[in-house]
Amino acid sequence: MGAKIVDFSGWDMPLNYGSQIKEHHCVRRDCGMFDVSHMTVIDIDGSDVRAYLRYLLANDVAKITVPGQGLYSAMLNDQGGVVDDLIVYALPSGFRLVVNCVTTDKDLAWMNEYAQGFQVVLQERDDLSIIAVQGPQAIKRVTSVLGQAIGDTISALKTFTSVFASSSQSGENWQYARTGYTGEDGLEIILPSSEAEAFWWKLHAAGVPPAGLAARDTLRLEAGFNLYGHEMDESVSPLQANMAWTIAWRDFDRDFVGRSALLAASDAGLREKLVGLLLTQRGVLRDGQAVYIAGCEEPGVITSGSFSPTLGYSIALARVPIQAGEWGEVAMRKKRETVRLVTPGFVRYGQPVFANPADQP
Amino acid sequence: MSNTPKELKYAVTHEWTLDEGDGVVSVGITDYAQESLGDVVYVELPEVGDKVSAADEAGAVESVKAASDIFAPVSGVVTAINEDLEDAPEIINDSPYGDGWFFKIKMSDPSELEHLLSADEYIESVEEE
Repeated sequence: MGAKIVDFSGWDMPLNYGSQIKEHHCVRRDCGMFDVSHMTVIDIDGSDVRAYLRYLLANDVAKITVPGQGLYSAMLNDQGGVVDDLIVYALPSGFRLVVNCVTTDKDLAWMNEYAQGFQVVLQERDDLSIIAVQGPQAIKRVTSVLGQAIGDTISALKTFTSVFASSSQSGENWQYARTGYTGEDGLEIILPSSEAEAFWWKLHAAGVPPAGLAARDTLRLEAGFNLYGHEMDESVSPLQANMAWTIAWRDFDRDFVGRSALLAASDAGLREKLVGLLLTQRGVLRDGQAVYIAGCEEPGVITSGSFSPTLGYSIALARVPIQAGEWGEVAMRKKRETVRLVTPGFVRYGQPVFANPADQP
Repeated sequence: MSNTPKELKYAVTHEWTLDEGDGVVSVGITDYAQESLGDVVYVELPEVGDKVSAADEAGAVESVKAASDIFAPVSGVVTAINEDLEDAPEIINDSPYGDGWFFKIKMSDPSELEHLLSADEYIESVEEE
């Protein structure tokens, strides 16, 4: 397909299929597809599976009761740092986790270690692939490929839910999840690897262009979504990464790995927060650049910086001192530039969250 | 390998130079450079009348992925800049050797052209990177 291929954690992955900006616009305005089979699917079952995941994950799987329901969660270490972020789905029996590619080995080691004492069975599903179809026309295009019956089923799906249904081509159950990493409507479809290539080409014939890792990154950044290894890692607490909403504290009886560390950090007072940055002058904010905040000795740091194709200027996510207000300065290549601090999330459903950077957020 | 026209001269820093006659050369970045950078979003050009020296910084190009300085391949005075690049930097990706030219230099020492690389030498230098 004319892709520029890069090595990504041992996988040959498409960076782009020509122009990452064109691919980006396709997803925002129509739809595009991503091969995200490098992500790892882990099925967990056994009589203790609920108790095990309620202890392993910072969000509470007790919230998902119907098969197919999904939940975003962090998996923490004892210090409250993020081992990985993931989506967990309830299965008819047990649960399914979709975890990051680069973290797979350490995740499995971590999960197996904590499985001691629980009656659970972990199975890495390397027989499955994931194709994400994202964009305002995604549901329509998938319907045109798979038929009206599947179309009706996926149209009825609420965000962050999924359904298992047999595709028109085979008796195998595919999982259709109304999820994504772009800030657009769409699906992530988990299907047998043996059927993935044929489905990919059918989508392509139906007018769905492929998009690569580079477009995936600018889309998720515009949407304000975290990327593991950038916004958070084992040394960063979810409280410093805009992920407090994913921590289920309410059930006081539920202990989970990292809970006491998070409580201590919360009681001691947070020192950093994750914000969005807007740079309306020329230039592109880059990962690792320092963010200077008036009155703060220690600068913050850009965790993900890039050019926003939708907005036409540069945006970033940055971890900054908690006192930071509306403005900061970034040490660019040759000079310092003023940036505006905003709540993460720049584009949603094709529309800029800020009509004009001078507007109030 | 990317497109590398024989009639141009090249710098190891990935600029091309076209002898336009009368001691004037036009300058841009190579197909290899634009492909490595990916989608270009900003360009910094010198100003007409600026004096530049060979191998000195004369501008910059920034893509979604990375930023890179542009170096003057030869010494002289800038006589023209491609203002279309300001509003449509993607021209550099679409036409690196044509509409995507950056600026023109009136050479102060035309013999400097001889120090630049031929297409074959440039291809060799890229393969060594």
